[in-house]
Formats: sequence, structure tokens, C-alpha cells
Amino acid sequence: MKKLIKLISSLVFATAFIAPLHAQVSYQRILNAAEEPHNWLTYNGGYMSQRFSLLDQINSDNVGDLELKWVLQNQVFGAWQSNPIVVDGVMYVTERPNSVMAVDAVTGRVFWKYVHTNDERARVCCGANNRGVAVLGDKVFMGTLDANLVALDRINGQRLWQVEVGDVGLAYSVTMAPLAVKDKVIVGVGGGEFGIRGYVAAYYAETGEQAWKTYTIPGPGEPGHDTWQDDDWMYGGAPVWITGSFDVEQNLTFWGVGNPGPDWNNAQRPGDNLYSDSVIALDVDTGEMQWYFQFTPNDPYDYDAVQVPVLADIEWNGTPTKVMMWANRNGYFYVLDRTTGECLVGKPYVRVNWSSGLDENCRPMITPQPDGMPTYPGNQGGTNWYPPSFSPRTGLFYFAAWEDYATIYYSEEQEYEPGRAFLGGGFSVLAPSPGAPTIGIGRTNPINNWTSEVGHGSLKAMDPNTGEEVWEFEQYDVSDSGMLTTATDLLITGGREGYFHVLDATNGELLYYKNLGGQIVMAPVTYMVDGVQYVSIISGNSLFTFALKE
Amino acid sequence: MKHPKHSCRVWNDRPGTVLFAFLILFTNGTMLAQELGDHQYTSESIQAGLRVYSRECALCHGPAGDLVSGINLARGEFRTASSDDDLRSVITEGRAQGQMPAFALREEELSGVIAYIRAGLDPDGVAVRIGDPVRGKALFEGRGECADCHRVNGVGPRTAPDLSEIGVMRSPVSLQLNLIDPGAAILPINRPVRIVTRNEETITGRRLNEDTYTVQLIDSEERLRSLQKSDLVTYEISDQPSKQPTSLSSDEVADVIGYLLTLRGAP
Repeated sequence: MKKLIKLISSLVFATAFIAPLHAQVSYQRILNAAEEPHNWLTYNGGYMSQRFSLLDQINSDNVGDLELKWVLQNQVFGAWQSNPIVVDGVMYVTERPNSVMAVDAVTGRVFWKYVHTNDERARVCCGANNRGVAVLGDKVFMGTLDANLVALDRINGQRLWQVEVGDVGLAYSVTMAPLAVKDKVIVGVGGGEFGIRGYVAAYYAETGEQAWKTYTIPGPGEPGHDTWQDDDWMYGGAPVWITGSFDVEQNLTFWGVGNPGPDWNNAQRPGDNLYSDSVIALDVDTGEMQWYFQFTPNDPYDYDAVQVPVLADIEWNGTPTKVMMWANRNGYFYVLDRTTGECLVGKPYVRVNWSSGLDENCRPMITPQPDGMPTYPGNQGGTNWYPPSFSPRTGLFYFAAWEDYATIYYSEEQEYEPGRAFLGGGFSVLAPSPGAPTIGIGRTNPINNWTSEVGHGSLKAMDPNTGEEVWEFEQYDVSDSGMLTTATDLLITGGREGYFHVLDATNGELLYYKNLGGQIVMAPVTYMVDGVQYVSIISGNSLFTFALKE
Repeated sequence: MKHPKHSCRVWNDRPGTVLFAFLILFTNGTMLAQELGDHQYTSESIQAGLRVYSRECALCHGPAGDLVSGINLARGEFRTASSDDDLRSVITEGRAQGQMPAFALREEELSGVIAYIRAGLDPDGVAVRIGDPVRGKALFEGRGECADCHRVNGVGPRTAPDLSEIGVMRSPVSLQLNLIDPGAAILPINRPVRIVTRNEETITGRRLNEDTYTVQLIDSEERLRSLQKSDLVTYEISDQPSKQPTSLSSDEVADVIGYLLTLRGAP
């Protein structure tokens, strides 16, 4: 009898699915993503990029009852940085280098898989990474390593259009999950280690036609062009490889911009090098820049500002304020007024010695270290692209920091050659004895033989009112994991060691942990299907999905 | 569940800055030369060797020392020679039916070119003297007390790292530093640990792996142990290796290095 009811109800459900309008992910739905917490509709869970879910089935009392529901194994080895999107029981997740899978979010079984074959000239600095898709209407969008943007039919995985975003021969690439707003899909380009000239570009979701394109390095005659000399601007990097945010009231999108090039020889590119290492505010309809804020002028350390702009409307020290919170790779935590770009507070959250502090406009007062001396934070930064979270309940901003980690840089003159690495030097990680193993960009070894003496992880909870750390959760190895918070004050994250951690978001107390065995280099997501709340997290080459025991 | 305090808290109290200072010191070849005295060739000798090499050797061996098959001078790969005296006789006597001719060099030219080769063909490099491997083996197993803790080719205890492949893993400079200043050379993972568990068991040993919640080690009884940090009452990581700097003479150190460089794993 029970079975029959189930069959009937699923038939009703199936009928509902046939009506195409029900399947549409409209702009309005994404804008109001908080009203459907059972879905995870954008890379960062919503346009404000808070990675905060209103789901409350899993809480601090029952978190110990989490059990594994399913595993999806990747067929391709390498860091799996993808962030799933979940729409009405279907999960969309990318596999490196550029495949998209539609997965049953309850069982982990795959409906369809689309494989993009990259141009063999595709070049990226740091692995064949892809961080996920965007959805809009009945389409799924993915950027590719060979700098294309692909639109797929969300129901059957068929390719609908493909457009060239950048010149693969000049080492342009797209590794970020696109951002879909209104009728457009917006992406930025990677290639900051190859002498590109970065930009953000918007495409009409329906046709793939380009709507606008805004360079992150101003050309001749444009404001800011005088922060470059001679032809430096043509190869000056400033890539955009992490998904931005959107504020509907301002009609602005916000994007973190990466390092200037050549990376380590700033003497070769005198000037502030705008808009490298900045956040830029672009009108979503025209791409016109409304304001910018530069974190690290004339950067010689590869301190990309490719962090997720986390937006919130808070009582900032008693005044209602539209803020943007930003833990930067350069070791400082900033709170900006996102209507103007004014810096409200900026303070170091790890040891910083490349600058002695920030002035009243939050411009760093630089203190370059002598040749051969270590610079704090090191090349991978105090943090990096790992998506943070903001909980409106606790009022705290959470992110993964690297402590006690330093790099010794060297620089050299380098001539630009099209499509070739354009680095202008190199670096070594400070280790306690000569030749000792050190932290790498990712973790491929189950043995930690470098030890925490070379650096270790610290999950930090920051108060945006003061810019100060409220509590921290230390890890033995460093972490590239993103954050997820929930309405039950859970903070869900991972780490390079392969642990899945659930903490109390109010005080950092560890509530639950499980060894999943492989590095966690994405941010967990949560969703609900048929009344069951799930948490998905990718560790190593597998996507694990948990829920409470029945 | 309480968050286990990881070992960082233990060694945070140690003078870590001293270790960092060492690294800075060793990035500067000149300072290193002064520091290590007669254990190695001087930078003047290496510079002189560069001139001799460019004049006499580079024509056949190439500027990078890799043009003769089976030989890579920069990486210390030779057909037969191992010690500095071997190189000396190859250069002064010639080899391979005259394909490598005999060179009549003055003593300072000869020691200069050997120094330059030992410095990896890097005029700013550091050259370490490499002695007789047979004498070095005897010292390793006898008066040098190395074999008291280290295992080689299946013989000896496992408590310290196995050295059967150390000749391919370490450079002569690194081996020398390990012998004369082990405190500066020890890899962090090899620092001795002392642990007391909640069951009042005291464990000493050497770590193999560690993470936020657990530590894996080989204890003094050669047992593989995996411990939960939340079960530990004491967890100390020494900043000093169990071995003091060697009391061997500089000639003997050169011999031990010569021996260690022959350890290249099971055939």
C-alpha cells in the first residue's frame, strides 16, 4: 500500500516536471535564493555570496547522527575544486578539466555527462581546475580552460552554444564558475602568470552574444592608465578567476582582480598597476566601473585579490551599512562600504612584514624585506580563493587562513613572449632546515613530512565591526577549504588533511569530524530533497553526501 | 568534543627564530664558508676553478658539464670516480684511452677545478670535500657511531631514518651539515618526540605523519604507533636531534660523506 502511494506521488511529481516552466531557474528565483534554501543556486549560494543556508534540520544536538548517503567518484585525478549547484533535486557538478555532470542529489547516480574537449594549447599556471557552473532558465553554463563559455541544456546536457571568451593561444583561460544575473552570464579570465590583459565579460544567456567587456587594466586615455608605464599595461595580468557577487539595489557586480605581471618583478612595471589586486564594482547592465579599491599597489608577491566579495547589510558599529567583507591574500582583513568603496577597517589577521600597516585610506605602508629574507604571508597568501562565509545570525565572517607561513622571493628581468609564462622571478618557501620539504600549492601526499613548522591552518571568525578575530580553530596542515554556515549555527568546512569538520559557529567548538581521506579544496554545500537535509563535500577524488540517520 | 590542541602549541614556546636564522645564514655561500671552516673548499678556490674549467674542461664537458655521455659533473655523476682523490687522478693521469687526456695543472688549479665541480659548477656554490668511501664505511660502523641508530641495506636499527638511499636523496652539502650541525640540518618530521598517554604510558620515537587529530610514529621499540592527540597528556617535540655534532675530524667527515654518497638503494 505504502509503495503504491509512493508510486502515485512520484507520478504526480513527474507530471510537474514535464511542464517546462516549473523547471526554469529564473533570475527572480536566484535573486530570492534565500526563499528556497532547499536549493543551492549559485557558486556562493546567492548573490550576496554569504554561503549561509536557512536549512535547520541538522543542528548541534543531532550532528553526531550524520551518516554517509552516497559517494560520486571522479574519473579524473587532481584537485577537485568544483562547487556543486543543486536545483530541485538535481546536482550540477563539474569534473576537471571541463566536464559537467547532472546528478540525482538523493542517490548520487548520474543523469548525463557533458565533456568539453579543450584546445591542446590551453595553458594554466596551477592545474586543470574548474570551480563549477552557473544556472539560469533552462541552461547550465561552464567556462573552459581554453577560454570558452559553453551553454548546455539543463535537462539533457546538450550543448546549445559555445563562444570564445579569450585567445587560448595567449594563455587566456576560464576556471571560475560563471555568475548569471538577469539575462546575462558573466565570467572573468585567468592567465595572470602568462602576461594576459585581464577582463570581465558578459554574454546574453539566450544567444551567447557578448553584451559587454570591461578590462581590468585601463587602456590609453582611460582613468588609471597612468598607473602603468610604456607598454606594461598590455601584458600586465590582472586576471579574474573567482566568481563575483551582485547587489540588486545598486545594480552592481563586484569582482576580485588578481596579480599584476610579471608576478615577482615589480621594478619592471613601476606604478600602482591598477586594477590589479583590487575589487572592482561594475554595472551589471553595461560593465561600466563605478568604483574600485586596490588592496596591494605595485604588488611583487602575487597577492591576488581573487577572493569572493562577501556582501552584507549590517549595523556597522551602530550604523546601518552596506558592507563588503574581505580577507585578502596579502594578510589584511578589510571591511568596505560597498556603495563607495571606502575602507571602513583594515587589520592584519596573520603575521605581515611586507607592510607596517595601513594608512587612513587603508593603503599599505610598505616595508619590503631585504634579499634572501622571508616575507610574511608567503606566496599562497594569508588566505586565497577559498570561499568564506558570513552568518547573519552570529554576525561573524569565517575563512581559512595560513599561519606562520613565509616565502623568500627573487626577481629578474623578463621579456614578454606571447603565451609563455611571464613571472619575473620565483620563490622558495621558508623551511626550518635546508632542503626540508615544504607546503605546496595542493596536497598530493597522504604523509605530512613538512610539519606545521612550515605553516599551519587556522579557521578564523572575524568581527566586521572591529576587524578583529573572535575565535580560531587551528589545523595542523594548511587548508584551502571554503566555508558553509547554517541557521542552526553550524560551520561546515574541510581541510587539506581530508577531515570534514562541523563546528559551532558561535564559538568554534568542534562538534563533529570525519576523515574522508583526500584534500578538501572546495566549499561544502547543503540542500534538501523530500524533507531530508543533505551536506555535500568533495574530498580527494570523491564527492561525499551526508544526511542524518533515518 | 574538545578541539585537540595540536603540537604547534608545544613548539611555539621553543626558540624557533634560531632555526630560521640558520636558514638565512645558509642562503649566503660566503658566510657559510666562514662558518664551516676547513670542512670545505673556499669560495676563492671555486672561483679559480671556474677559470680553469672554462679554459681546460668546458670544450669537451660543456659549460653545464653534461656533454660527455655517462657523466654529469654538475650533479656529481662520474663513470668511476667517487672521492676527490679519484677526481685528482682522473685529471692528472687521463682516462678512456686518452679521450680524457692527462692535464698538467698546478696544485691550486687542480684543487680549484675539483672545488668547482663539487660546487655543482656554480661559482657561488658551496663545495664539500668528499673522502674515501671505504674508510668512511668503517667510520660509519665504528667510531662515528652512525650505525648505532641508522639502518643501511637491511642492517641496523630502524629508529632513525634508513640511509640505504641517502646518496641519491641528499647533496654533499646537506650530508656535511647533518654531521657537523645536526640541529640545523634535521628535517622537522625527524625531531624526537616524547609522549605520555592518558594510560600513563611514556612513548619516545620519531614521527612518520601527523594531522590535526592524530600522530603516527615509530617508537623506540620499532613499533608503528598511531595515537589520538585527545588521548595524550604530554606531547613534546624536541628542537634538537638525539645526536650531537660529530667529533670526527674534517678528513674523517669527508670520508663518511664519501661513503654515504655510495648508498644509492637496492641494486
